[in-house]
Formats: sequence, structure tokens, C-alpha cells
Amino acid sequence: MIDTQAIVEQYGLTACIQCGKCTGGCPISPKSALNPRALIYQMLRGDEFELVARDELWDCTTCSTCGLRCPKGVKAVDLIIGLRGQWIESGKIPSTLRAPLTATLNQGNPLVLPREDRSLWADGLNVKPMAEGVEIAMFTCCENAYDPRVQPMPRALVNIFRAANVDFGTLGLDEQCCGSEIRRIGESGLFEYLRDDNIDKFKTTGVKKMVTTSPHCFNVYKNEYGTTGFAVEHYTQTVARLIDDGKLEFSKKFEATVTYQDPCFLGKQNGIYDEPRAILKAIPGVKFVDMDRSRERSMCCEGGGGRMWLEGTNAKVRLANDRIQQALETGANVLATACPFCFLTLSDAVIATGNEEKIKIIDILQIANQAL
Amino acid sequence: MQNSALVIGGGIAGIQSALDIADAGFKVYLVEKEPSVGGRMAQLDKTFPTLDCSACILTPKMVDVSRHPNIELLTYSEVTNVQHAAGDPSTGSGQSFRVTVKKKPRYVDISKCTGCGSCAEACRFKGKVVDTFNAGMSKRSAIYVPFPQAVPLKYTIDPTQCIFLTRGVCGKTFLCKDACKANAIDFTQKEQFVELNVGAIVAATGFDPFNAALKPELGYGTYPNVITSLEFERLSSASGPTAGKILLKGKEPKEVAFVQCVGSRDQTTGNLYCSRVCCMITAKHAHLVKDKVRNSTVTVFYADIRAFGKGFEEFYDRVREEGVNYRRGYVSEIYKRGEKLIVRSEDTLIGKPIETTADLVVLSVGLVPRPETNVVAKLLGLTNSADGFLAEAHPKMRPVDTAIDGVYLAGCAQGPKDIPDTVAHAKAAAAAAIVWLRRNASKQYPVFSNQSVLNTVH
Amino acid sequence: MKPRIGVYICHCGLNIANTVDVEAARDFASTLPNVVAARRYTYMCSDPGQALITNDIKELKLTHVVVASCSPRMHEPTFRATIQKAGLNPYVLEMANIREQCSWVHSDRKLATLKAMDLVASAVAKVAWLVPLQEREVNVSQAALIVGGGIAGMQAALDIADAGFQAYLVEKQPYLGGRAAQLYATFPTMERVSDLLAPLMKRVNEHPNIRVMTNADVQKVDGFVGNFRATIRERPTFVDATKCDACSKCIDACSVSMPDEFNAKLTTRRAIYRPTPDSPFVIDEQRCTYIQDHVCLTTSSPIFDRGGAACVTACSQNAIDFSQSEKMSEVNIGAIIVATGAATFDAANKPELGFGTYANVITSLQFERLAARPEGFGRPFGSVKDVIFIQCVGSRDQTTGNLYCSRICCMVNAKQAHIVKGKFPDARVTVFYADVRAFGKGHEEFYDAVRKQGVRYRRGYVSEVFKRDNRIVVRAEDTLMQKSVEVEADLVVLGIGLTPRAETDEIASLLGLPRSGDGFLLEIHPKLRPVETAVDGVFLAGTCQGPKDIVDTIAQARAAASSALAPLCRGKVRVESATAFVNEEVCAGCGLCVATCPYGAPALNPRTGKARVNAVLCKGCGACQAACPSKAIQVVQFTPRQIISEIAVLV
Repeated sequence: MIDTQAIVEQYGLTACIQCGKCTGGCPISPKSALNPRALIYQMLRGDEFELVARDELWDCTTCSTCGLRCPKGVKAVDLIIGLRGQWIESGKIPSTLRAPLTATLNQGNPLVLPREDRSLWADGLNVKPMAEGVEIAMFTCCENAYDPRVQPMPRALVNIFRAANVDFGTLGLDEQCCGSEIRRIGESGLFEYLRDDNIDKFKTTGVKKMVTTSPHCFNVYKNEYGTTGFAVEHYTQTVARLIDDGKLEFSKKFEATVTYQDPCFLGKQNGIYDEPRAILKAIPGVKFVDMDRSRERSMCCEGGGGRMWLEGTNAKVRLANDRIQQALETGANVLATACPFCFLTLSDAVIATGNEEKIKIIDILQIANQAL
Repeated sequence: MQNSALVIGGGIAGIQSALDIADAGFKVYLVEKEPSVGGRMAQLDKTFPTLDCSACILTPKMVDVSRHPNIELLTYSEVTNVQHAAGDPSTGSGQSFRVTVKKKPRYVDISKCTGCGSCAEACRFKGKVVDTFNAGMSKRSAIYVPFPQAVPLKYTIDPTQCIFLTRGVCGKTFLCKDACKANAIDFTQKEQFVELNVGAIVAATGFDPFNAALKPELGYGTYPNVITSLEFERLSSASGPTAGKILLKGKEPKEVAFVQCVGSRDQTTGNLYCSRVCCMITAKHAHLVKDKVRNSTVTVFYADIRAFGKGFEEFYDRVREEGVNYRRGYVSEIYKRGEKLIVRSEDTLIGKPIETTADLVVLSVGLVPRPETNVVAKLLGLTNSADGFLAEAHPKMRPVDTAIDGVYLAGCAQGPKDIPDTVAHAKAAAAAAIVWLRRNASKQYPVFSNQSVLNTVH
Repeated sequence: MKPRIGVYICHCGLNIANTVDVEAARDFASTLPNVVAARRYTYMCSDPGQALITNDIKELKLTHVVVASCSPRMHEPTFRATIQKAGLNPYVLEMANIREQCSWVHSDRKLATLKAMDLVASAVAKVAWLVPLQEREVNVSQAALIVGGGIAGMQAALDIADAGFQAYLVEKQPYLGGRAAQLYATFPTMERVSDLLAPLMKRVNEHPNIRVMTNADVQKVDGFVGNFRATIRERPTFVDATKCDACSKCIDACSVSMPDEFNAKLTTRRAIYRPTPDSPFVIDEQRCTYIQDHVCLTTSSPIFDRGGAACVTACSQNAIDFSQSEKMSEVNIGAIIVATGAATFDAANKPELGFGTYANVITSLQFERLAARPEGFGRPFGSVKDVIFIQCVGSRDQTTGNLYCSRICCMVNAKQAHIVKGKFPDARVTVFYADVRAFGKGHEEFYDAVRKQGVRYRRGYVSEVFKRDNRIVVRAEDTLMQKSVEVEADLVVLGIGLTPRAETDEIASLLGLPRSGDGFLLEIHPKLRPVETAVDGVFLAGTCQGPKDIVDTIAQARAAASSALAPLCRGKVRVESATAFVNEEVCAGCGLCVATCPYGAPALNPRTGKARVNAVLCKGCGACQAACPSKAIQVVQFTPRQIISEIAVLV
């Protein structure tokens, strides 16, 4: 049983006028019992509420469309995360989350891989460690660091930085999970531990500016870490500026019709729409086309909010599959991403829909790297 | 002259205030920045809930204003300076405002122009200039009258569009000048400044429709078949770009969706307030679609239907009986699937997210303060309410007074209003101005004895 | 001289042109007798349209003009002015209404065109017989009558008086302030209504140009704009206010008891009472048995025993005066403002809501009275833990016959919920609604604030209120969860709507005012003339025209004042030119016209015995012409010859 009154106060739910804009925009609600508006109403009414019966709470991708569009400033996504937190506190953690959470505490990553292997992605690149005076700290998402399918992304960024003579370093084995997904799963205690630990580490290495490979890491540092003492950018911002300043030039062509998946954590949540497109348009040979549902109206890939480790209540319908269809409708043969989660969910979807011959998922970093 | 008033804004509020003050025997200067009086009401097709044609009921008032012996019309003019000369400190009598009005050059001598329109026919840019009166849905010439019933019916050269005025050359010869039999075109015209001395001022500067592009999830600007309610007015108007037929690129939309509260009651736009008119405008539009498009499906997406005025609830009942679907839930997103628009919302009364197909989506945009209102506010020393509209002296008891004696508010400059509430507000402002002018003129209350009570019978 | 007629057919955009073949109608018109010009144009009322007419008058020397367009109500004044400017008498114009009476009501283009042609032909036939008329003006009485001393009436009176004219403010109750005097606080600013009313009442009472008549009503009105004459009755209070020291001993002595209307029947009062906390003492003539039955209920003393009434005995100041009698005054006024207000819906007409059955089901007006007590809103009905507000009681409801929205109840309920939360922060306050209509300036923001205070809004009208285990239970469907719910309450507040006052009929028939479908008084045009009525010189202010909150009431009251000020300031009004005249040679002096005329215009000349018309009083209605057996009396613009010509071409 949960204390609905406390929840109403904590999340300011009284502002809600039950207009349904949250559920109407929720990418998940058409395929799941998840209904943010009805959830808020249940809290407002103060009815009995059994958490354990609510598997759909784990369907939320925390894309945040609900809160961003709410005319009365209610953040339904925060309510959902809060309810997940109460669920976890009760000890009834969904089985597929146990290992990632434990591993994040012990090994600093949710992929259940050893802490010592964190820098394997950079093998042979000789990336220098972050130290006082180094301009930029490059932060690699756990997914990019460990998953071989997305390890080429940070490697490409290293190449790009070098091509543009950027002074950068990494935290090496001191780098660990940013906690974005952990917080969204509802494990706020673990998130707070990671946050404090990370801030300490950044302080000792004198980080002034950080560039992340994932929009999720970018968002959590920018918006959820409080005062960190350093600036943070997603790589699309950094690379777009390097191009703009004339520090990065492309010599090769990348002949393709390219469309682009706006990551929710970069686009909708942080308003970064133009930079990724500017990079793509600057690459010779790229014919850029936008999907109908793009920018503020972009569609979630279903990879966020812990969904990398949760199938959800309806695995038959996958948003990423729809997204591939939409990308194909533009006539594109490349669907560019700027997020490891998007890359992975969309790559799976290309295979699941049998479109390997028609369209490729490639991260912007790799496209840019190939054109250097 | 203290026996005169200045009315700023020639919409229905300004027109009504001017008429009432003039009817009470005072001289009125009515200043309108556009080439014609009429304001927003002139752009409307029908009015709710009676479905009277807007132009039909407005035109007589416009004509009245132009003919009234006590009203001097200063169209295509703007107030640029106001100096306040305080009167007697105890009574305020004798105070006056010295007002500077800039008359913008029309490049047409209005004493000669007959309004025949040959110039617009001849203009090199005929059919090329975006027609703002038609909410950008048609094209006009660089020399134009905003609409056929314009008062005064005199042509004006758009200085931002006329190629001679922007680039100094218009081919070998001025086509408009050659076409004008009245010899009215005059490119030598310059700005003129007029000084007025008035005893009272009414600010009736109106409103702007909310810019729907600020709600990108609704696809305005992306899809040509997502339009605003003001654009729908022009689409449905007999004098509009489609001569009153509901047509998009020549095709009749069969499925029409209306989206309420666009830019109103919405923190994300900064407009917390309700715009007061949109519910009924949408109900009217829904009726017009049902009336004009056979076998149409019309859906209105809403959160609360605010049908509060006289005859409004009855009209809302009527449109539902006509088969308009009301579905409770704000629209969250609009996108395309094939040829159709998809409107995504939750139907909060069945508790399910829904997709509704549409050929036309009309966004019921709210009312926002005009940027020029703040210019006028600054000139007059007025303040704004939290919502950005002009602040009245007291929200309950003094809806038309301001902190400054002799300065009054009329119509939507003070906050969103429908036409009857605007007219009542404008007449109230006129009453306040008349009282002030009569006190000012006589230096005190003229006091009547009770002599006119005739016979006390018992 | 043969008439030279011009016919002008208007397209009215597409309003006419869509249904009527205007080209064909024009061609047809040009074939009609005496027609020398027939033209058509998109908008005849526009400047170029009117220019067509003026040019023809000058160049073709027209003598008469027919405009076929909309109703003469709309544009007759426009075109009269047009032809006058061109040198014709304004009365040689006839309008054929081919819009309201043709294009708007027909769909068959062919038939509609034929009908339009008929209407044009008929107008052409009549117009040839029209004669030039003189316009006349009369002086205006420099005063206004305001009926109703609520917030609307007081505001209108002040504007009239401040502009330098005499205002007669007639209030039926013994006190000023009207409905607002019963209210506790305003939304959304939460100011005390008494604080807002007090300065207004003070100004009204002290204004040298306002004569306040309370406990009074208008008995009779005749005349016309600029020159009305009204008879006002002031009823006695039977208490000499100059002697009364407000000790209240008389009230304690009186045993006639009845519900106190001012307190929305929450309390009782006596036959002698103080209507409001600040007003003078009054004896209720209708309820005092001493006056009605000639026997004091308390002392059983008969009326001839002068000092025998309980109140008289109790009064040490000798202030009670049963010899007072009503006073009739006649006033001359130029304009009348009706500000008679609205009644509140009687919640007993919704028996399923339990009003009248359960003491803790109260109306929103009763809530105001409770909150206005010195101790504030409290617990007259036990604990205040669960409070439920029910919206739209008597509004938007066919079962009550009130289809309309009462415009204020949503915000009244929000305000009252706010008051409950302010006094009892732990109370659970729920509002049952269907649409929250927070439309005014600052209203949505107030609604936001009230929710943030913890007031719960649940969507669904309440179906039933009943009692279970000594608690009130409210049943509704929560339409946002599609479930029938039962919620317990200690107090239920019904958001009652506004309805037309029972006396509306009296004032309507006194002044000849029509009412709209909802029963409120009807303005002449719902959009552009919200305060004018069908009777020239009579204007509407406030809730007698329809529900309104205070700020909209004030705006409308000032609007009505503005309209009334026009004739007063001008000092003269134009009177009807198309009046009746008597052909004395034919008149038999039967007097039927005198008996028929509603305006008292004709009278029999005592010397000649024949009828004579006072043209100033005549409205040109034609009743006399219909009544006259010898056709001696005729209205100039509607003579039998004119009308028969008009009809002849149609039949």
C-alpha cells in the first residue's frame, strides 16, 4: 500500500486537470496498460493502490513527453519513477533488473562486466588519462564502453577529436556508470551513491568540460547532478561546433540518403535538434531527409528508462519496428543515430523487420569518422 | 481641446467607444494603425451563437464612424508621443494630454483616390504579396485595400512590398501611376505628424492570435492542412480566398478535427489564462463544417467546454445534435500517415489513447496581447497584468479605469473577450470618458436639483 | 411627374448571391415600370456600393430608390443616409428583404430567385407612392430612471449623475446593494464584498444628483425616448429612521417569525426587522398582522388601540409609526436603465440532491451568508472534514428548464472551496463538475491555485445525495474512471445557478420589453448591442439580461449608462417621422383609434369632435389604421394605397 497523499504533494499532482495530454502523447500507452493521466487521477482520489499489480509501470521509457507537454507543469514521468522506487524499496525487484543493479554497484556498469575491462574499447588508441589542464573529458557510456556493437562510436569520436586537434582525455578505469538509467529504474539510493562518487572523481581529475557519447549521460550530468563545477556537452554539440569553427573538415564522401532518429534525451528533453542535423548536412555526399515525426514530434525508440533490461508487458509491439518503417518511407538507406540505446534498439528492429538490405543504422560519429 | 477624446485602435472596441463618446457631443480622434478600421472582427466570417455574418453587422458601425460629424478618423496612423498636463490637483479638472500622431504615407492621395482598384490590377506584384487580412491564405498586390468593405475605401502602397519603395525602381514606368485615372498615386508623400490636445484617452489596441508554431507537436507550419482558427475564418468567409468553400488545394476535407486550448491554459507557452472565446469559436466552426461539407466527420478535442455566455450552452447543445463529436482530452501530437493526418490524444472518458484521422486540423488558438499594446502602455504610463494584458484599476469594480485619470481601457487590450463583452466594455470605457470630459469641462459636477420630480401625489 | 426609380440588388458576399441569381434579378428589375436604373454589387452597404446609388441619383435624377438586400432593421438607416446625402428625402427609400426572408431560408436557387424578383417588384410598386417626410426632434428630460439598486443600478446611476444628470434610483428592497450585499468575498481576488460595496453605496447616497428611493417600485411608465414619465411608489417603512436608535427591542418584542431571505433562509426574522446589518429598521407590511389583520400577533391588541402593538410598546424612542402611508411620485426622464438583477435557482427543484431534506446540504448562497458571519465560515452542521461542492445545480439542465450556463457558479464554488481550505486545511474538499468554466481574467489562475491547495476536482454530475449511517453520501459517476462512486460528506454545497426574477414579467410588461428564450430580458442584438432593447431609450444593465459576475456586471452597467447618456447629452431626440395622420373630412369621431393606440397618441378634439394625432407620441405602429372603420386615420408610410400596391404585384 502506498501513501497517495504524500505522492500527490511530492509530485505536485494537484495541478493536474486530467486533460489527457500526457497519455495522448505517451509512446507506450497505445501498447500497454500504462496511462499516466489515469495514474495521476488514482493518486488524486487517494484510492487504494497496489503497486505489485502494476507491471505496466516498467513499460515507461522515461522519454518525458508527458511532462514536457503538460499544460499545468505536472511531470508524470517523475511520478512513475517514484512509484518504481517504492516498488524497489519493497524488495520486489523485477528479476531482469537484479543483475544490472548489483553489477552497477560492484562493477560500475549495468552490463555485468568487470570494472577492469572498462577501457577495452580504446585498445590501441592511446587515449591519455584526464588530468588538470586537459581541455575536455570524454565520458563513455557503459554501453559504448562494453558492448562491441557500439564500441566503434567512442573510437570514432577519438579519431574526430584528433583530426580537429582537440585536447582531451578520459577517466580511464575511474569512469563508471553515470546513473541515469539507475535513477529511472527507481534505485535512487544507488543513483545518489554514483553521483557523489562521480563528482568526487571528476573533481580530483580537474574536469572543466565533459563531452558524452550518450544523450542519457549528457542529460543526467546537465540536469540531475546538481552543481558539478564542470560544463557538459553531448558530442553532437561539440562536433557541430568544430565544423562550424572550421576545425574539422571532411575530405571523403559518404554517399547515402540519411535520415535521423532524435534521441528523446537529446531532442525533446534538451532541445538539441539542429546540431546533429548540421553535422550530417556538412558531410559530403549525404542527402539528408527528415522523417515526418521528427524533432519535437519524434518517436521514442523504447530504449530508455531501464528498458534495455526490461522487455515490458507487450514485447510483440516494438516502437523501433515502426520507426524503421517510417525511416524507409523517407527513401533513406541510412538511419543515423546519436545515442547507443537508439542504435541498439533500431539495429535489432532492422533485423526483426527483415530490412537489413534496405537500411543501415549508423551513428553520426561513425558517419563523420568515415568522411574524415 | 479638453472637450475631445483620443481612441487608440479602430477595432470593434475602438469604434464603439468612439461612437458613444461622439454621440455624447465630444470630438473624437480615432487612430488606427492599419489602412482601414474594422480590426479583428472584420476578419471573422460568422459570429456565435447567432451565426450573424460578421461583416454584415460590423460594416454599418464602420460607416457610422466615418460619417459621424464628431469623429475624425486617422487611419494608417500611430500615436508616437503623449504628454500629460495635469490639471487642478484637487479635482483633476483642466488636465489634458498632448498627443503626437504619426500619419504614415499611403503614397496615395486619399482626397483623389476613388477606390476603383485599377492600380492594384496593374501592380507588378499583383498576386504576389502575402495577404495578411486573409491570414496569409491568399496573395494581393503591393497597392491594396485590406478588404472590400474597408473604411476608408482608399488604396495604400505597402512600403515593405512595393519594389519602387524598397529598391527605388519599378521597371520603366510606374504601373499603378499609369493605371490611376484620378492621378492619386503620390510617391513624394512623407510621414506627417499631427498634434492633438485631448482630455481623455481610450486604449483599444486589441489582441493577436497565439502563434501556433510555438506548439511544434501540433504540426502547424509543417502540414498545410493544419491551420489556425483565424485561418478557418477566412477559409469559411464568402470574401475569403475560397469564396466561403471549405477547400484545401481544391479538395473538400471530409474528416475535420478541432484542437482546443492552443496557447491557452498552458504553462509551456507561458499563457496560464483561458482565452475565453476559443470554445465557442470552435463550436461555430464545427457547425460550419457540418453545414458546408456533406457527410463530414467533425471531432472536437477539449478538456472543458466553456460555453458560458448568453445562448452559448444552447449552441453547444445544437452542434452536438448536428453530429459533432466532442472527445475529452487535449491533443498531444499530430503526424502524418499516408495522405491523412493522425491526431493523437487520450479520450479521457474511456481512458484510452486514441488516434483520429483527419484531412484538416483546425487549431483553436488563444488570444495574446499585441506587441504594440506595450508601446501604447509605455506612452500612456499604463501597467500590465500578470498575463501581459493591460491592467485595469480594480479587477472587480473598475474594469475600464486605469491608474491614470482620463485614460481608459476598452476591449481585448485588457484581456480576452468575445464581441458582446467587448462592446459592453468599450461602452463602459466611453461612459467613463464622457463622465471625465464633462467634469473636466465644467470644472466640477454639474449639480441638478430634484425639481424635476413632478407632483408628489399623496 | 413620373417617378424615376433606381433598384440596387446586393450580393451580400455570398449570403444572397449563393441562393439568388442576382444577375437575373437585376435584369428583371430593369423591366419593371418606372425603373430607370437597376444594378447589383457585392456589398451594397460598402462605400463603392453606396457610391453607385449616389451617382445614379445625381446623374439619372432618381426620385425613388429600392435596395434589395438584408432586413431594413440592418441597413435602412445606412441607405436612408445615403440617399439623403445625394439630395433625396431619406423616406423615399424602400427595402426588399431578399436575405433573411429569401436567401437564408431557401435552398432551391430557381425558386428563391423567383421569390426575390417578386419581393423586388413589390418594393418597386410601393416605393412609387412614398412621399417625402420631415424629420422632427424634441427636447429630452435631463434625467434617467434606474430600476434596481444592486451593483449594476448603483454603478449606472453614478455614471449618469457624474456626467451631470439627475438619476432616480429605485430599489424594491429597503436597502441598496442587491445580491452583492449578500456575498462574502469575491473571486479571484478574495476581497470582502462589503468593503467593495461600502464606498459605492456611500457615493450613491451622498451624490447630489442621485435620488435614492428604496422600498419602492415603478408603477407606471409612459412616453418615449427623451420624454418618459414614470410613476414611482415608495412604500412606508413604519419606522421613523430619525428617531430609531437601533436598540432592537422592537425585534425582540415581535413574535411574527419567518425565514430571513437576506440570510438565504438560514435564519428567521420578525415582522419588524433590520434587512441588512447596516440598514434602517423596517416593518414588513405583508407579514405584520397588525397591518394585515389589524391585530398584533404578540399582544392580540386590535389596531384601534394605537399603542397596543408589541413593537410600539417596546420602542422607547417612539419611532414606530403606523400612520405612514405610501408616497407616489411622478418623474420625467429621458432614459431608463433596467437593473433588476436575477434570482437564484431554488435547489428544492432538484429533489435528488437532498436540499431541504438534509440540513447539511446547503446552497452556495447560504454558504456566502455563513462565511459572512463575524465568526466566519464555521461548523454549524457539526464537523467540517469532508465537504463536497456540486456544480451546475439548476444550470445546463433540461429537467429544470434552464438550458443555459449560469456563468458564475464554477468560480463561486472554487472560491468557496478555497475558503473551506483556508479555514480547515485538513478538510477533504471535492468538487463534482462536468466542465470547469474559469474563463475570466485571472480565473484559470485561481482555479490552478485552488487545486494546488488540495481541492479535488472529480468529473461527473452528482446523481443523488442520501444518508447512510448518519452521514451524507454523494453518488456520482466519476467519468474519468468510468465508475460509479459514493463519497461521504459532512457538508454538501450546491452551486446554484441564476434564474430570471419572478418579477421579470412585471418590468417587461411595464416597459414593453421582450424576453429571450432563457427568460432573461432580451437585448436588441446579441453581439453589437448588448445593452439596448427593443424600446428606444430603455437599456439593460447586469444580470437581468443574463448571468454575469461582478466585473462583467459593472462593465455592462457602465455600457448602459453610456447609451443613456447619448440622448441626455445631446438634449434632443429624433422622433418617428412615419406617423399617423387624420383625414378630418372622413373622420366620424368614433374614438376607436383613441381606444386602440398603445401610446396615447390620438385624441378627440373637443371642439370638432374629430380625432387628432400627437405626432410626438405616435410610433407609427398602424394599430389605429387597422381599427378605423372609415379609413380616416392612416400612417404616412403605410397608407392603404401603398400597401395595396405592394401586395397587388404579389397576388
